[in-house]
Amino acid sequence: MSELTVTAIRLGLLALLWAFVFSVVGVLRGDLYGTRVLARRGSGGSSTPSRQEERRAPRAIRRGPTHLAVTEGSLRGTTVPLTDAGVLIGRNPECALVLSDDFASGRHARIYRRDDGWYVDDLGSTNGTFAGNQRVGQEFKLDVGSRLRIGQTVLELRK
Amino acid sequence: MSTVTTHVTKTRRNTELVLLAFAIGIVLLAYANVGMAVQDTVPADLGTLGIGIGVLALVFHLVLRWRAAYADPLLLPIATLLNGLGLVMIHRIDLAKGEDISEGFALRQLEWSALASIAAMVLLVLIKDHRLLSRYTFTLGLTGLGLLLLPLLPVIGKNVNGSRIWIGFGGFNLQPGEIAKITLTIFFAAYLVQTRDALSLVGRRVLGFPLPRARDLGPIMIAWLASLGVLVFQKDLGSSLLFFGLFVAMLYVATERRAWIAIGLTLFAVGTVVAWKLFAHLQERVTLWLDPFAPGQSDQIAKGLMGMAAGGMFGTGLGQGRPEETYYANSDFIMTSFGEELGLIGVMALLVLYALIVERGLRTGIGARDGFGKLLATGLAFSLALQVFVVVGGVTRVIPLTGLTTPFMSAGGSSLLANWVIVALLLRISDQARRPDVQESGNASIGQDETQVVKVR
Repeated sequence: MSELTVTAIRLGLLALLWAFVFSVVGVLRGDLYGTRVLARRGSGGSSTPSRQEERRAPRAIRRGPTHLAVTEGSLRGTTVPLTDAGVLIGRNPECALVLSDDFASGRHARIYRRDDGWYVDDLGSTNGTFAGNQRVGQEFKLDVGSRLRIGQTVLELRK
Repeated sequence: MSTVTTHVTKTRRNTELVLLAFAIGIVLLAYANVGMAVQDTVPADLGTLGIGIGVLALVFHLVLRWRAAYADPLLLPIATLLNGLGLVMIHRIDLAKGEDISEGFALRQLEWSALASIAAMVLLVLIKDHRLLSRYTFTLGLTGLGLLLLPLLPVIGKNVNGSRIWIGFGGFNLQPGEIAKITLTIFFAAYLVQTRDALSLVGRRVLGFPLPRARDLGPIMIAWLASLGVLVFQKDLGSSLLFFGLFVAMLYVATERRAWIAIGLTLFAVGTVVAWKLFAHLQERVTLWLDPFAPGQSDQIAKGLMGMAAGGMFGTGLGQGRPEETYYANSDFIMTSFGEELGLIGVMALLVLYALIVERGLRTGIGARDGFGKLLATGLAFSLALQVFVVVGGVTRVIPLTGLTTPFMSAGGSSLLANWVIVALLLRISDQARRPDVQESGNASIGQDETQVVKVR
C-alpha cells in the first residue's frame, strides 16, 4: 500500500472524527430552544412597505416597545415583534402568538398601534386579560415594561 | 406575521441510526488504516468485523426503538465510537507485540464489548422505569459494599500490581469495584432524595457551616467511610478518589449547599496529606509526577509523554508510531497511545466526545422529572467525567497518576461492562425525561375519560 494512501486515510480519519463531533453538536442545538418561530408564507412581500411605514412612524412609536416577550407560561422565552398590523393573541392557529394555554380564548386579545403608542383590546375573552389586578377592557394603553396576564401566560412589552 | 409553537419532542431515533452508521464507519476506517500501515493490506476480516459490530449496534438501536423510544439519541453512537476506537487501538498494540487477533487482548475485548452491550440491552428491557431501582436503596448499598469487600476474601481475591481489587475464578477475572461504583451511586441518589430536606434544613451551624443531624447523615457516612476504608486497604487510590468526588458532588447537587464543596475539599486535602505520609507507593507516585524524567524510577509516564510528543499535532498515524513501548499502553495509557498516533487533534476529538457524553448525562438530569432520576443521572455523568479527568490528568501529568481505566476504551471487561450499564441507565432516565407529558399528547380532557384503575406497582 502506497505511502500516499496511508497518509490520506490517516488525515481522513481525523477529519471524520471531527465531522462526527460536529454532527453530534449539531443535534445538540435542538436542546437550546424551547419554542420555534416560523415565518408565515407571504410575509416577505409585505415586509417592504411595513419597513417604509416604520420609518415614517411617529416619535412615540419609535421610542416605544418593539416586541412582546412571554415571561411566564408554557411559551416562556418566546418573543414576537410588534408589527403595524398588530398582534393577535389567542389559542386560534390564525393568531400571531398562538398560546397553548387552557385558560386563553381562541381570539383572546389584540395589541395594536395608534399614533401615540400601543394599546390592547380584550376581544371578549372568557377569562379576561389582566394588567396587574385590573381587568382590561378596550383601548388600554401600554408602555415599555407593561405586563399582561392571559390565563397562565404573562406577556411583557420590551424595547 | 409568524407563528409560535412549543417545541415538539421528537424521538430522534433516525438521527441515532445515522450517527451510529457514521460511528461504525469511522471505526472500520481506523481498523483498515491499522491493517494497511502494519501489514500493508486491508485486513481480510474487515467485512466480518463490520457486519458483527453493525448487527450488534443495530440490535441495540432496535431495542431502544422498542423499549425507550424517547431515549437520548447521542449516547449510543458516542459510546459505540469510543468502544470501537479502543478496540482498534488494543488490536494495534497486539499487532506490535507480534500477537495475532486470536491470541491478543483484542478478541477478548471484542467479546466483552458484545457481552457488555447485551447486558445493557437486557437492563433496558428489564427495567422499564428507573424509579424501580430506588425501591432497593439499602439492598443496593449493601451489595455495593459487598462487591467492594469481595477482593479482600482469601480464595477468590487476587493481588495484581500491588492492588487487591480483582477477583478471579477459573481463569475469569473481574474488578467488582467497577460494578460497586454503579450500585453505590444508585444508593446515594435514592438515599439523598429521601433525606435531602433534612440534610439541608435541620441541624446546627458550626463555625458558620450548617451541619446536619447525625442520624440523617449516619448511613451515608458509614457507606462512605466503609468504601474509602476498603479502598485504602486495597491500595487502589484512583477508585477511592473517584468515590470521594462522586459522594461530595452528589451531596452538593442534592442539597444545593456550597458548604459541602468546602467541607469536601478540606477533607480531601487532609486525606491526601495523610495518605501521602502513610503510603510509600503514593509518595512514589508524587515524585514521579513532579519529576518523571529522573533516573532510577519507573519510566512509564516519561514514555507516555515522549510518545505524545512524537505524535505532535497530527499524530504519526495509526500503526505507524511506537505506543507499545509504554507499559499498559492498551489500558491505563491508552490515551497516550492515541496521543501518539492520532496527535493532539485526535485526542481533543476523543476528549470532546467524553465531554458530550457527560453533557448528555447532565442534560438528562436537568430534564428528569423525579428527584431520584435527576440525582442518579447527575451522579453517573459526574462519575464518568471525574474518571476521565483522573486518568487523562494522570497520564498527561496534570495530577499524580492513579490507576483508573479510561471509560469504554481501556482493555478490561469489568470496566466496559460497568460503562455500558451506565449508558443503559442514562438511556432509561433520558427516555423518561424526554417523553412528552400524557396531558400534552392526549387531546381529550381528563374529565371526559372513563374512571380507570391505575396500576401503582
